[in-house]
Order: sequence, then C-alpha cells, then structure tokens
Amino acid sequence: MTTALLEARDLSIHKGLRQLLKDVTLCVEPGDLWQLAGGNGIGKTSLLRSFARLASIEVYGDLSRCDDVLYVGHSAALKGAMTPRQNLKYHPSGLCTPTDTEIDEALAAVGLAGYENALTARLSAGQKRRVALARLFLPSGRLWLLDEPFTALDVAGVAVLEQRFTAHAQAGGAVVFTSHQSADLGDLRSVLDLEQFRGD
Amino acid sequence: MTEARDIDILHYCRSQTVRQLMLMVRSPSEVVNPLLFFLLVIVLFPLGLGPDPEQLSVLAPGILWVVALLSNLMICMRLFVDDLEDGSLEQLAMARVPLSVAVLPQLLASWLASGLLLSVVSPLFGLMLGLPLNVAPVLIASLLMGTAIMLLLGAVGAALTVGVQRGGILLALLILPLYVPILIAGTRALNEALQGGDPSIALALLGAGVTGSLVLAPLAIAEGLRVSLEL
Repeated sequence: MTTALLEARDLSIHKGLRQLLKDVTLCVEPGDLWQLAGGNGIGKTSLLRSFARLASIEVYGDLSRCDDVLYVGHSAALKGAMTPRQNLKYHPSGLCTPTDTEIDEALAAVGLAGYENALTARLSAGQKRRVALARLFLPSGRLWLLDEPFTALDVAGVAVLEQRFTAHAQAGGAVVFTSHQSADLGDLRSVLDLEQFRGD
Repeated sequence: MTEARDIDILHYCRSQTVRQLMLMVRSPSEVVNPLLFFLLVIVLFPLGLGPDPEQLSVLAPGILWVVALLSNLMICMRLFVDDLEDGSLEQLAMARVPLSVAVLPQLLASWLASGLLLSVVSPLFGLMLGLPLNVAPVLIASLLMGTAIMLLLGAVGAALTVGVQRGGILLALLILPLYVPILIAGTRALNEALQGGDPSIALALLGAGVTGSLVLAPLAIAEGLRVSLEL
C-alpha cells in the first residue's frame, strides 16, 4: 500500500454565492498522471489552486497532501529584469537550491541553451513558458500541480514535457495538470472530467 | 532526481534577499523616486516658508518626519503589486517556509533601499532646513527605527489591499492612523534633542515599536497576503 500524495474527499468549491464544484473526490498516488478536464469556467484552476492550498476560504471538504509540492500557475512568476538563470536560481518558491550546472542543464532540456543570460523580458511568450517549466527539470517536488502547462508551447515543447511527465511518474512522482489538449501520455494518464462534479 | 532537497531557512532568506536587491538594482527608479520626492519637498519648504533659519529649524522636525512618512507610503503602495501580477507571490506562498518568514527578505531589501538610505542622508536634508548638525545622531536613530516600523505596518496594509484595484487611498486610510504614534514619537525625539532635553524616552518608544512590529507584523502580512491570493 503506497501512501497517497494527495487525497481530496467531498471537496466543494464556491465562488461567492455560486457553487463551482461539489463532492470532488480524488486520490493521487505515486506514478499517477491526472488531467483535470472540462470546459472554460468549470473550475479547473480553482480546483488546482485549492490542491495547492492557495485557495482555502471558499473550499469545503477534506484535503490532505504531501508537503513536497511544485506548483506552476498561469502566471510564470518570472521577472523580466532578470535572466532565466537568475530567475531559476532565486526562485521565490525556494523548493530546491539548484547548482549552476543543474540550471543550465534544465534550460537546455527545455530548448533554451544559449538563452541563459538573455533578459527574460526579451524572450517570446513560449520561451517564457519554457523557463517556467524548466523548474520541472530541476530537483523538484514529488507532486506537481500544473495549470495549463501546454499553453504557448510548440509541438516539440509539448513532446518534451510529456516525456518529462512520464519519467517523473515512473520515478515515483505524480502530476496533476489542467489542459484542454489530450496529451500523449500513454496509459499512465487518467482524466478527471469535472463536468460530473458541476455545482448547483 | 524527484526528491526535493531540504531547504534551509537561512539559505532561503539569503537567496531571496539577493533576488530582491538584484531587482532593485535593475529598476532603480523604485529606489530613487521616494528619495527624490523627499528631496523635492525639503527643497520647496524653505521657498514657501521663507529662508529664516530660526523659523525653519523650529518646523524642521515636523517637516522631516511628515515627508519621511509620505515617502514611506509611496513605497508601501508598490510593495506587493508586481509580485501579485506576475505570480511571484503565489510561489512565495508555495515555499516550504512559513509565509511570515518568506516575506522578510523583501521587507529587508525595501528597508535597506528606503529607510536606511533615507536615514543616512537625512542630516543633509536637516541642514537644508536649518537643523544643527549636533542633532544628527538623534535624527538618524529616530528615522532608522521609525522607517522600519512604518514599513512593517505599511506592509500589513499593502498585503491586505494588493488585490484591490487602485487600492492606494484605501491603503492610506488603513495605515495612516497607525503611523500617528510613530510620527509623534519621532518628532518628539527630535524636538527634545533640539531644545537640549533628553530624547531617550521617545527613542526607547520607537525601539519598542520596532521589536513589537518585527514580531507581530510578519504574521499579519502573511495572513493578509493569503487573503489577497484568494481573489
């Protein structure tokens, strides 16, 4: 019996007077890749943020999760005035204290070799997204919570990310991500359609 | 590879302080603007009040402190705005360090760039207002402590209002009442020093304020930021 990395039981999420989602039950175990699916506005991001414990006031139900979490949200948390290397080295999540070689390897893995010392403000939207996702290639948390990780990425970028997800799951980690695309993750991927949890 | 390393709080705080200082060096206007504001107002007062040094030195403590307070308010209005927009604040909240500790590096960096800098150059501004040089130690000491308290209290207000669009006036309404005791203690210390009295009581009050707010304000800031992140 492996211990779950995240366990949500009868979670309901409210936005003001409206109930977004109700009775969401999900158990994420090591090796799982969960895709949260559903139309715009159904509450994918809200659910992910409640998993990250960034939102808790309007969230009811039981939630337990491990502490070792990496969260990448819509906003990339990058400072335009710093280089990709500095952005990763002094990342405010402080999840790891990467060495310079690890950072360069991670940047190379997302196809940004040669951009280590460019100003982040000068990079394109897709490249910024890649810098944010380079964190996945650093020694990082066991449970990844990723909000729309595939947006702004090209086909090659998506493929790199899918491989990384699979490798992470095989190494005993787990990923929960939101996406509209059906990612090519083989039979490791499970889809949680949020339509069934739509609130009243 | 997947196992995150343990983080050391001190190491984390050091790396975040470096980050904040680096950002300040890259956008110097945030550091220079409040100082420039201070300088401009101090230069304008003698023009408005007349150049009589006697009269100016009577008003100098009040002028210096009010301007220090207002420039501090300017800094507080900008404090967490960018970090909320670009998602840095979320990541700060995700750090496996209590949020009340995680915000300290940013406050430290802000204080170094505003309070410390202002206090060090304040005797120069004092001279412009006819303040004798022998009160400089009291001026520096009171401003060092006063700016620290104001930044910590201001950050509580900033944390609460950062999610509000154009929350500047709201912030001022929230924290100006809290600034009043600091203003009174600060000017009191200076006036005592000017009249040859004993400024130590007022300075001790400011010192107590620093310790108190250093202990309590980060907790309030962390809670305020969590609320702002919900929006």
